[in-house]
Amino acid sequence: MSTSQGLRAWLLSEEPTSRQQARYASWYKGWLTLRSNTLAMLGLFVLAFLILGAIFAPLLATHDPFAQDLGQRLLAPGENGHFFGTDSLGRDIYSRLLYGARISLYIVLLVVMVAPVVGLIVGTVSGYAGGWIDVLLMRITDIFLAFPRLILALAFVAALGAGIENAVLAISLTAWPPYARIARAETLTIRNSDYIHAIKLQGAGPFRIVTRHIWPLCISSLVIRVTLDMAGIILTAAGLGFLGLGAQPPSPEWGAMISEGRKYILDYWWVATIPGIAIFAISLAFNLIGDGLRDVLDPKEDNA
Amino acid sequence: MTDAPLLDVENLWVKFRTRTGVFDAVRGISFTLGKERLGIVGESGSGKSMTGRAVLRLIRPPGLIEADRLAVHGEDILSLPDKRMRQLRGGRVSMIMQDPKFSLNPVMTVGQQLIEALCAHEKVSRSEARKRTLDMLDEVAIRDPKRVYDLYPHEVSGGMGQRIMIAMMLLPNPEILIADEPTSALDVSVQLQVLDIIDTLVRDRGMGLMFISHDLNLVAKFCDRIVIMYAGRIVETCKASELRNAQHPYTQGLLNAVPDLEHPRDHLEVLKRDPAWRDAPSVSARI
Amino acid sequence: MNAITVKALNVWFGTGAQKSYAVRDVNFNVADGESFGLVGESGSGKSTILRAMAGLVPTWSGEMSVAGETLGPRRSKAFYSKVQMVFQDPYASLHPRQTVDRVLSEAMNLHDVPNINQRIASLLDDVGLGPGFRFRYPHQLSGGQRQRVAIARALACNPSILLLDEPTSALDVSVQAEILNLLVDLRREHKLTYIMVSHDLGVVSHLCERIGVMKNGSFEEVLSVEAMRRFDTKSAYTQHLLESSINSIR
Repeated sequence: MSTSQGLRAWLLSEEPTSRQQARYASWYKGWLTLRSNTLAMLGLFVLAFLILGAIFAPLLATHDPFAQDLGQRLLAPGENGHFFGTDSLGRDIYSRLLYGARISLYIVLLVVMVAPVVGLIVGTVSGYAGGWIDVLLMRITDIFLAFPRLILALAFVAALGAGIENAVLAISLTAWPPYARIARAETLTIRNSDYIHAIKLQGAGPFRIVTRHIWPLCISSLVIRVTLDMAGIILTAAGLGFLGLGAQPPSPEWGAMISEGRKYILDYWWVATIPGIAIFAISLAFNLIGDGLRDVLDPKEDNA
Repeated sequence: MTDAPLLDVENLWVKFRTRTGVFDAVRGISFTLGKERLGIVGESGSGKSMTGRAVLRLIRPPGLIEADRLAVHGEDILSLPDKRMRQLRGGRVSMIMQDPKFSLNPVMTVGQQLIEALCAHEKVSRSEARKRTLDMLDEVAIRDPKRVYDLYPHEVSGGMGQRIMIAMMLLPNPEILIADEPTSALDVSVQLQVLDIIDTLVRDRGMGLMFISHDLNLVAKFCDRIVIMYAGRIVETCKASELRNAQHPYTQGLLNAVPDLEHPRDHLEVLKRDPAWRDAPSVSARI
Repeated sequence: MNAITVKALNVWFGTGAQKSYAVRDVNFNVADGESFGLVGESGSGKSTILRAMAGLVPTWSGEMSVAGETLGPRRSKAFYSKVQMVFQDPYASLHPRQTVDRVLSEAMNLHDVPNINQRIASLLDDVGLGPGFRFRYPHQLSGGQRQRVAIARALACNPSILLLDEPTSALDVSVQAEILNLLVDLRREHKLTYIMVSHDLGVVSHLCERIGVMKNGSFEEVLSVEAMRRFDTKSAYTQHLLESSINSIR
C-alpha cells in the first residue's frame, strides 16, 4: 500500500525531476481524466473484453468455427450447447464470433496504421507549405472525398480482387482524406502561433517544425477522430464482407456472417442478429472511448 | 435624506467546485456602493472580476454565489426569480466589458443593437427609440451619430466601439454601472477620452460606478474610493486621495512596482508576497 | 559599431489593390550594447518592424543590417544564433505539449551547443527559475514564469541582440516589475543589445536609452529618454502621448 501511495505521489508531483517522470506523470493524469468518464470506461471494458476474446479464441471457443454439421443447422441459441445457436451449415455462431473478432480487429488495426498516417503527412505538409502544394494536395483530397466511401472501396476491390488485405487497402485509400482535412486545419491554426514562430527563429527547418512541433499537436485530434471512425471502418469492412467482396467464405468475418444469415432472417433471426450485435458493440465501444479521449487529449490548458 | 446605498454586499463568497475540491474565487467580502465611483483593484486572480459578475448573478455553474446580503436598492438579488433578474440586469444595473470586439454583435448595425438594448427594458416607439439612441451616441462624444448609427461593429475603431458599448449600457438609465477593465484594450490616449466620458455621464446622472481595474494609478485618479483585493479578499480600502498613504504592504508593493517615466529607478521594487495576506480577514468596505 | 542599421524600410501586407503599408520609410541605428525602444499606439507598425527584422514578414524593402549581416529574403542559421525574440503573450509562445527542458534543449540542439544538461540548469538559474521547473509543462506555470522560460529560450544560444515585443504587457504590474528587472540584469551580465516594442512609455523609459515614437507606420521622432523626461519634444503627438502616460500618483 505504501509503495503505491509513493508511486502516486511521485506521478502527481508538481516538480518532476526527470524527463521520464514528467512524461509518465502526464500520462497518469490523462488516465485519471479518462477514468473519471464512466462511459469511456464502459467502452474500454467492452473493447478489452472483445480483444481478450479474440486472443483467447481457441481456448474459449466451444466448437471448431469451420466444422459443418448439417444435422445441427439453424439451432436456436442455447440448444445443444451452442450458446448463440448455429448457422445454415450447422457451424457454432459463438465460436465463429470469437474467431471473427480476430479478423475485425485485424482489419481495424491495418487501416489505422495506414489511413491516419497518410492523412497526417498530406494534411500537415499541405497546411504548412501553402501555395501550390496546398492547392494540389487538397484537390487530390477533394477527389477522394467526393466519392461515396463504399462505392470507391468497391471499385478498388473489384480492380484488386476480393480478400481481406485488399479490403483493408481499399478502406484505407478511402479513409485518409478526412484525416488530411483535419490535419491541415490544425496546421493552419498552429503554424501562425508564437511558439512555431519562436522555433522558426531558432533556425529550425520546415521538416523539423512539421515533424517535431506540429505533428504532436495534430495527433491528438487525429486519434480522437480515428476512434470515432473505427465504427465506420468496421461497418465498411462488414459491408464489403456482406457484398461478398471482403473476407471470403468460410472465413467467419462478421459482415460475411450477416450476409449469410440474411436469407433466414425472418425464420431464424439469430443467425444475422448476433454478429450484428457484435458489430454494434464494438462500434459503440470505440465511439465511447473516442469521446473520452477527446477530454484527455484536447490540448486546451486546464488552469482551473 | 436617507442615504441608503445603491448596492449593499455583505460576506460575499464565489465558489467553484472542481475535481480537486472547492475553489474560492471570492472569500467573504463586504462593501457598499452609493452615488460614488468605487474602484476595485487587484491583480489577475484576485477575484475582482468575479465580484462584478456576482453582483449581476452572472456566475455560471459549477460556480456558485453565497452572501449574507446582496441587495440592489434593498432588493435581495440572490432570491430574485430569473425573469426579474433579467429586468434588473441591463435595466437598473449595467455592465461594460473589457473588449468591445467581443461584446458587440458582428452581424447587427450599431443602431439596431442600441435600439434592441433600449426596447428590452422599456416600451418606446421606434421613432422615440431612434431619437434617444442618437442623443445617447452624441453624449458619448461620437461626432456623427447618424453615420455611426448605420455602421457595423467591424467598421468602427476600438475606442469608438467602447463608447458605443457605454452608450448601449447607459440607454436604459441604470442606477449602477459596473465597468470591468473598460479601457485595458484601448490605447493610452483613447483611454483617457473614454474615462472622461464615463466620468461625465456618471456624475450627471448621479449613478453609482463600480470600476474594476488592475491599474492602481488609473483608479486612484478616477475614483472616489478604492478597494484593494488580494486572493479573493479585501486587504485595504481607502479614499482615492489618500492612496499614497496606504498602509498595506501589498498596496505599497503595487504602487512601487510601476515603472515611472518621471522618476527613473535602477531597479523596480518587487512585490514579496506574504502568505499571511491570504489568511488575514477581509477588511469591510461598507460605509 | 552599430548592432543594427535600418534604412528606408517599408513593410506591406497584401498585393495589388489590397496592398497596404504597415511601415513606411523608417530609418534608425542601434549601437552595440544600446537599448532602443519603439513606442506607438496599436497599428502604428512598431511590432511589424521587429517581425520584418526577425524574418517573420517576408514582404519588405529597404536595407537592414543586423549584427554585421546584411539581411536578404532569407536568414542564415548564424543569424538566429545572434538575434532572438521574446513574444508578447507568454500563454501563446510556449508549445503546450513540451516541457521546459524540451523547449530549451530543442533550441540548443539546433545550434549544436555543447553540455546541454549543464547549460539548461545554468540558464534556468539565470532567469530566476530553480531546477524544480525544468520538467514542468507550460500549463503548470504562471504567466511570469512562462515569460521567464521564453527569455531563457531566447538566451539559449547566446545571442547578442534580443528583440522584445511587448514582453510584459500581458502580465500583472508586480510580475512586470520582476521581468523588467530580469531584463535589466541580463543585459548587464551578457552585454546584450535590445530593441523593445511597447505601448507603455514608463516601461520603455525604464529599459531603453533612446526611443523612437511611431505613428501610422513612420517615425514621428527619435529622442533620448532624458529628453523625454524633460518633455523636450518637437512633435505634438509625442507631447500628447507623454501627457496621457503621466499617471503615477507617487
